[in-house]
Amino acid sequence: MSAPAASADAVIEIRGLNTRFGDAVVHDDVNLAIRKGEIFALVGASGCGKSTLLRETIALQQPASGSIRVFGVEVVGLSDEGALPLRRRWGVMFERGALFSALTVAENVGMVLHEHTTLGQGLIDEIAAVKIALTGLPASAGPKYPNELSGSMRKRAALARAIALDPELLLLDEPTAGLDPLSASGIDDLVRQLRDALGLTIMMVTHDLDLLWRAADRVAVLGEGRVLGTGTMTELSASGQGLIREYFHGPRGRPAREQAWNRK
Amino acid sequence: MTARAIADVDIRADVGPGSTPSHFHCAGAWVLRAIEPLDHRLGAMRWPESGQLVLDASAVTAMDTTGAWMLHRTMRDLQKHGISVQVHGLRPEFEALLHLIASREVAQAEPSAPGLLIRIGQQSWRSLQNAFGMLSFLGENTLVLLQVLRHPRRIRWRPVLYNLQTAGFEALPITGLLSFLIGIVIAYQGAEQLQRFGANIYVANLVGLSMVRELSPMLTAIIVAGRSGSAYAAQIGTMKVTEEIDALRTIGVGQMELLVLPKLLALVIALPLLTVYTDVMGVLGGMVMARAELDVSFSAYLGQLDEAISLSSYLIGIGKAPVFAVIIALVGCFQGFQVGGSADSVGRQTTVSVVQSIFLVILTDALFSIVFSWFGL
Repeated sequence: MSAPAASADAVIEIRGLNTRFGDAVVHDDVNLAIRKGEIFALVGASGCGKSTLLRETIALQQPASGSIRVFGVEVVGLSDEGALPLRRRWGVMFERGALFSALTVAENVGMVLHEHTTLGQGLIDEIAAVKIALTGLPASAGPKYPNELSGSMRKRAALARAIALDPELLLLDEPTAGLDPLSASGIDDLVRQLRDALGLTIMMVTHDLDLLWRAADRVAVLGEGRVLGTGTMTELSASGQGLIREYFHGPRGRPAREQAWNRK
Repeated sequence: MTARAIADVDIRADVGPGSTPSHFHCAGAWVLRAIEPLDHRLGAMRWPESGQLVLDASAVTAMDTTGAWMLHRTMRDLQKHGISVQVHGLRPEFEALLHLIASREVAQAEPSAPGLLIRIGQQSWRSLQNAFGMLSFLGENTLVLLQVLRHPRRIRWRPVLYNLQTAGFEALPITGLLSFLIGIVIAYQGAEQLQRFGANIYVANLVGLSMVRELSPMLTAIIVAGRSGSAYAAQIGTMKVTEEIDALRTIGVGQMELLVLPKLLALVIALPLLTVYTDVMGVLGGMVMARAELDVSFSAYLGQLDEAISLSSYLIGIGKAPVFAVIIALVGCFQGFQVGGSADSVGRQTTVSVVQSIFLVILTDALFSIVFSWFGL
């Protein structure tokens, strides 16, 4: 696949990315461009390097070679110190939430604000409460500790922490995994609302076909270490490529699509 | 898109009176980075007492959730005072954000800090519950032990042996070295006093008795509490966090039988053996020092040792070890089960387990001394 043309409004631009774990090749010349304001989803079979790509994008892991530019800044080879200005501009939600278990939900959100702003405690508490409410959590969740919350509430709390600084770029690792259908569709709506209201760029890794149909603007399919295809869900599901067909036309693919159409 | 690309330096949000007293202007970037001055500005604004009010927001260039919250909060507070507020000129995307914030708003829960008396009460209640829990844990384990002893085939020997190795065999270097050093220290401190009376040979009594009867059992127990008691608490605590304990219960494996009993048995076997070993090492340390400082030959030292230490002193020292072992294993495991589901809690209970078991070991040692002196031992 040829590298996409560099576009001025690309928030994330990945070129010629190679990643190896020992002898295992995870990424072999991956090229992607994620535009400003779009909801971009990465899909692919388990273990195809989606989460690794996400971690490399936020400078938690280094690829073997290649280039990743976020907001025009090269992330590959960037030190923690160098990444700091970038880290204020993106919010990350980890698959298992990664909430600090020693802090309450409100403190988890407030902690980010404490670290990066000089706001007073009163204002921080207020803003934290707003973010928690935005993710659809009840106010009573604020003073609770993460281990007192259910799985879906923990996900929402993690999302509240990710949007604490009003980031321009939001990275979500499996935002709906392990959620009941109702909570998951709540997350779909929330992701779209956030993008529409804040003009966020969202990159997410997901297996959730419903979420893909309902929220994603563009989707990239990773497989065999490469990007097998990029496009809207409609384009991809019409694709003749073997692995892509398998992915979207499996037994669970069709109902999700029909449901998405019915909703529209 | 919204004006997200605004340069950092140029961020200012402003609110000011407009042409008429009921007319106000909002301007600039209402975003998180500009929010602190804006908050002050809003706080210092003099709003009309009543009537209608128009907020002209056409000059607002950027807005994020925080900015929208500030606007929403201002409007809400004004409306509470009976002033009707209208916002004009807000860009549609900001309007949408404002609606989103308004629709999601929920009453903030006021956190209430409990008073001193309540905290004292809660703390006492917790301590009481803890003591009661420990007691029932002891009872539960005794029952399981009795059951298992009736059917010895239910003893899980593999974990017993594993624990024997980790808590016993692998503790040999550190316990040996420490008691050897303590033996040296006692002999060295005693040497000067004994030399004054020309009672050099009695260094064997000093080192032998203090090591064998008191120091070596206690020292070994303290080291094992720090090494293994903490490991028990952390292991069981982590298993609790990862729901492995629940999994064990659903499979129908007794948690006491699998997790506690092997540790208890292993420690009850290992600690007396370790104590015998540290007895020897401590006495050896004293022997080396006696020869270097006091010119007491090895054979003279050993001969004197034979007279100094009665069999009862020796057995009392070793006899305390199994009791200490029970304390360490039970406290460690009990605190592990007290873990409440977070990483933080694992750390806290591990610390508690070490502090409590060392405390109980020393307390029990003191009780033993009193009891033995009653019996004239």
